[in-house]
Amino acid sequence: MSEVMIQVENLTKDYGPTRAVDRVTFNVRKGEVLGFLGPNGAGKSTTMKMLTCFLAPTGGTAKVAGFDVFSDSLEVRRRIGYLPEDTPIYRDMTVIEFLRFAAEMRGMAPELREKRIKEIGGRCGLGDVAGKLVGELSKGFRQRVGLAQAMLHDPDLLILDEPTSGLDPNQIVEIRSLIKEVGKEKTVILSTHILPEVQATCSRILIISGGKLVADGTPDELRHREKGSRYRVVFEANGVAQDQIRSRLASIGGVTRCEQGATEDGAHAFTIDAASADDLRKPLFRAAVDNKWTLLELVRESASLEDVFRNLTTGEETRS
Amino acid sequence: MSATMAIAKREVRTYFNSPVAYIVITVFMLLAGYLFFNTLFIEKQAEMRGYFGLAPMLFSFIIPAITMRLIAEEKASGTLELLITMPVRDWEVVVGKFLAAMTLLAVLLGLTLVYAFTLASIGPIDKGPTYGGYLGLYLMGGAYVGIGVMASSFSRNQIVAFIVSFAICFALYLFGRIVQIVPEQLQPVIQFLSIDNHFESISRGVIDSRDIVYYLSVMVVSLVIATVALESRKWK
Repeated sequence: MSEVMIQVENLTKDYGPTRAVDRVTFNVRKGEVLGFLGPNGAGKSTTMKMLTCFLAPTGGTAKVAGFDVFSDSLEVRRRIGYLPEDTPIYRDMTVIEFLRFAAEMRGMAPELREKRIKEIGGRCGLGDVAGKLVGELSKGFRQRVGLAQAMLHDPDLLILDEPTSGLDPNQIVEIRSLIKEVGKEKTVILSTHILPEVQATCSRILIISGGKLVADGTPDELRHREKGSRYRVVFEANGVAQDQIRSRLASIGGVTRCEQGATEDGAHAFTIDAASADDLRKPLFRAAVDNKWTLLELVRESASLEDVFRNLTTGEETRS
Repeated sequence: MSATMAIAKREVRTYFNSPVAYIVITVFMLLAGYLFFNTLFIEKQAEMRGYFGLAPMLFSFIIPAITMRLIAEEKASGTLELLITMPVRDWEVVVGKFLAAMTLLAVLLGLTLVYAFTLASIGPIDKGPTYGGYLGLYLMGGAYVGIGVMASSFSRNQIVAFIVSFAICFALYLFGRIVQIVPEQLQPVIQFLSIDNHFESISRGVIDSRDIVYYLSVMVVSLVIATVALESRKWK
């Protein structure tokens, strides 16, 4: 499982004077489902276009299954299934015609073609629309045709550029579960700017911003990268002054901020920020016990991916 | 090569699934028919000279209309990205498109054989000039198709592709008309470039290898330039 599928080193792409991708380095192991995350225009699509040999890198190298995307591009393309952004598919062909065309382009043996098309078509739920023109399909079905096309030749690597953009929530769930299923046996790279998407489907995340790679790790690792932690505590008021509790809580080692929340139904709520990721639940509980305050609630709120994403990507913009 | 054939087949199907093929065929048949029956009824001559003589001009706008969409449309709609990230060489894409347009051209010329058969039923026709004329027309059409594919690869706008290929094709046709008025030193060059000049001898039934080489060169050069234009997305 640890075999390397993609090797990217210092990959750079300039469009004239603007640098779209700036010295990006990463590896993808076989079997990983990699989420490529970033704001619009961060360089996700450009990186994918280089991996699929549509564009040539200005600098650096990228290898897929050991083949260089520039010098061995045919070998690379044989091993890749690609769904470009916005799913461009010939609108004047029917679904089945288009899949046959794709199979032919892939040089699949004629006796294998029909069987494979049937199998993949069924998996992507295309049975009912096989005879329809691609141009008449809804966006969700077009996306499925694009996925079917990408998986037709059983590639080792699937590259999907925003596979769920423009779909309704039901379709998104369907496409995601399809991707998840495929991800069990294949290496998948998908790009998105929707965070729940990566959390739902990916085993690893790359965050790219302003063309630079700013984070690389599993969803959990990234969440823990966010320094500090936040707690929410609620005590029963029961005659104790809120200020008194506040000053006691603020004196606990590691607490950087203690904010009074709304007092309701005879309870005092506080939000506490700590500088380190050390667990403060114990000292908070101790403080309550020592002072005989009645603890109603104690929650450690872990940083969400949204926070990580926002910090990483907006920080980049202010620096550049 | 299977990819080339797949592309060619797809393009031919697209031609006949859309109005393009039918419009082009109708317009061409009408114009060619007019030229043809003009010689027959007004000049009372059972020959195909009128048709062959003006075909180079007809072709210079009919063929750009056939070829303008070939690559430009794929660029505009984004399907080029899908096509070219499949395991296919850039030249295979270009040749596939070229072959598709050549197929449509063959259908077009095949239909005008009706006129030739009409003539043959009226009286004996000169076999040499007729065969030569058709071979010449197809080769000349091929040169124009090459130019059209090239122009289509330059832009994502089909109108631009049409105008560029029309301009080049018409210039090659015009060269034959202006030989007399250019400086003497330039005359051999213009004479050589003129598409008309090469067509004339073939349509007289004289098959000269120089003419064939000329047409084939135009095709090859145009297709090479088209391939380079397609590859230009990969320039660093």
